[in-house]
Amino acid sequence: MALPQAKQTETEARLAMLDLPAGGWTEAARRDALARVQAMGLPGRRDEYWKFTNPATLTQAEAPRAAVFDTQETQIFEAIDRLKIVFVDGVFDAEASDDLSLEGISIERLAESKADIHWAKDLYGTLETNGQTPVQRPLAALNTAFATDGILLHVTGTPSKPINLMYYHEDESSDAILHHVIKVDPGAEVTILENGPAAARFNEVMEVDVADTARFHHVRAQGRDHERRAATHIFARLGTESAFKSFTLTANGVMTRNECIIELTGDDAIAHVAGACVGDGDFHHDDTVFITHDAVNCESRQVFKKVLRNGATGVFQGKILVKAGAQKTDGYQISQSLLLDGDSQFLAKPELEIYADDVACSHGSTSGAIDEEALFYLRSRGVPHSDATNLLTLAFLAEAVEEIEDETLSAQVVEKISAWLLRRSA
Amino acid sequence: MLEIKNLHVKLEEEDKQILKGVDLTVEAGKVHAIMGPNGSGKSTLSYVLSGREGYEVTDGEATLLGEDILDMDPEERAAAGLFLAFQYPVEIPGVGNMTFLRTAVNAQRKARGEEEMSSTEFLKVIRERAKELKIDADMLKRPVNVGFSGGEKKRNEILQMAMLEPKMCILDETDSGLDVDAMKLVADGVNALRSEGRGFLVITHYQRLLDHIVPDVVHIMSDGRIVKTGGPELALEVEKNGYTDIVEEVA
Repeated sequence: MALPQAKQTETEARLAMLDLPAGGWTEAARRDALARVQAMGLPGRRDEYWKFTNPATLTQAEAPRAAVFDTQETQIFEAIDRLKIVFVDGVFDAEASDDLSLEGISIERLAESKADIHWAKDLYGTLETNGQTPVQRPLAALNTAFATDGILLHVTGTPSKPINLMYYHEDESSDAILHHVIKVDPGAEVTILENGPAAARFNEVMEVDVADTARFHHVRAQGRDHERRAATHIFARLGTESAFKSFTLTANGVMTRNECIIELTGDDAIAHVAGACVGDGDFHHDDTVFITHDAVNCESRQVFKKVLRNGATGVFQGKILVKAGAQKTDGYQISQSLLLDGDSQFLAKPELEIYADDVACSHGSTSGAIDEEALFYLRSRGVPHSDATNLLTLAFLAEAVEEIEDETLSAQVVEKISAWLLRRSA
Repeated sequence: MLEIKNLHVKLEEEDKQILKGVDLTVEAGKVHAIMGPNGSGKSTLSYVLSGREGYEVTDGEATLLGEDILDMDPEERAAAGLFLAFQYPVEIPGVGNMTFLRTAVNAQRKARGEEEMSSTEFLKVIRERAKELKIDADMLKRPVNVGFSGGEKKRNEILQMAMLEPKMCILDETDSGLDVDAMKLVADGVNALRSEGRGFLVITHYQRLLDHIVPDVVHIMSDGRIVKTGGPELALEVEKNGYTDIVEEVA
């Protein structure tokens, strides 16, 4: 079916700005992805999946400018022993990065991997393609076709420290496209940390293949640049008795769409996706999650909390699909917003689609203001109004932050949220 | 310590006068009790003094150590030395009891220009005071009042009082929902805090709490006014004859 004229024009305008990298083992996947983007067209306001989020600035030909937010504060994971991999406006920075060798893991850059044969060939674009049904995700296909770099991680053991992808933003009009592929072997375990704004506009795809009994942890803090935009996709496939746990902190950013697409393909697997976001003013944050249960006795959890003020907008679209035969599924989904004033809004679309008869699935979504009773109780004990509000706000976000298994990491996240709240109540 | 003169208060939402001229002075070192039938305005008095929203003072004044408290924010009143033990302590999920108490203690100290309590000192003090009130380590770690029994909540109020060391303590129906043992524990906690420099205003519907916290002065409140004042024997009279006789007697 031909695309509507406007959509076709917009898609062509965007594609005209990009060069398709040629050669090497990714070439076939890139050509295939380009064909798919051309067939699907980029998302438009009228697409059902973009009902709550206007994709225009994410799809337009050139990235809207985003002022560089200069803060002298320390990076979120600074206190943690980790292997740093640095990208500045989407360009790898060898000098700022650590040596890429670490026991239990092989680390390569996508841009430098030019051979014809590679372990990542079976995954690059594959999980992304799988994730295109039943809902199209054209920005992810665009990423597969045009990604300029990324990291290929093959986890064979249990590396002694987390891998930290650090994304700096220095150019006001940068438009970065990064694509990571992570393969975690049976029994292996890895923690991936991500932080920073990355670019004026950032399109990121992470494909994660978690083999039987493997464990994958992911903690991300998206950059605080007020004008930055990001469209990210995580595509994960989980084997038997494997675990996937991802948490994202978002503070600021004029436009963020984080999609997480998980397929539980082996029995007894666990997938937890959580997010905490704090938005003030010109802030639009969209969490879109799609979890497919296609095996027996799997558990999935989605915990999303959003604090919104001064006209900020939060969106949550979360779906649990339980396929026929995926018995004993335990699916949990909660999305909540704390609206600190009457101008902010939270739009939620929780969905369950179940074809098995022996499952326990629940979902809930709420929007509310600060609890006045609790506020008065705290104040009557001498806690000033703003501190009391911050304490209650942190308490609201706690359920999401507690999804992070590692307490050192969750403490870093809490510290960043506290600092954010404190700056706003000064 | 606490001086209330001709206090008139109405509900903000509806045009309903609750307090119709309360006069009351609590001296330092003394325990005053206010008794009265339901709807007489006892709890309203405690809320207005602590600064809860929803009430409008239409006349009169209230001072703590000579300072007008009615224009202060609730946190300022707390820092000035006022403490209200709630009839229904509020549950606050996600905020640890210990964190809450340390935040409160240090916020008050900061507001008074005093040095903050170090975490080591705080831990030492809270452990001691918690032990006296039979509050275990688990209750200190749990979120404020979440999953606490009625008795635990009231003990937690007294623990807060012990930590904050206020000058003027108002206890609003602290005996409600307590069995005899729990009431005794709470009363012991309160009695331990009685001192020369501290005033107490104990609001209660029943006389039984006053067997344990023996007051110096007893006031009977009815229809928004103090209608009778006497010694501890007044509480016994209420216990024996009910409120009707006293209220009718003064009417």
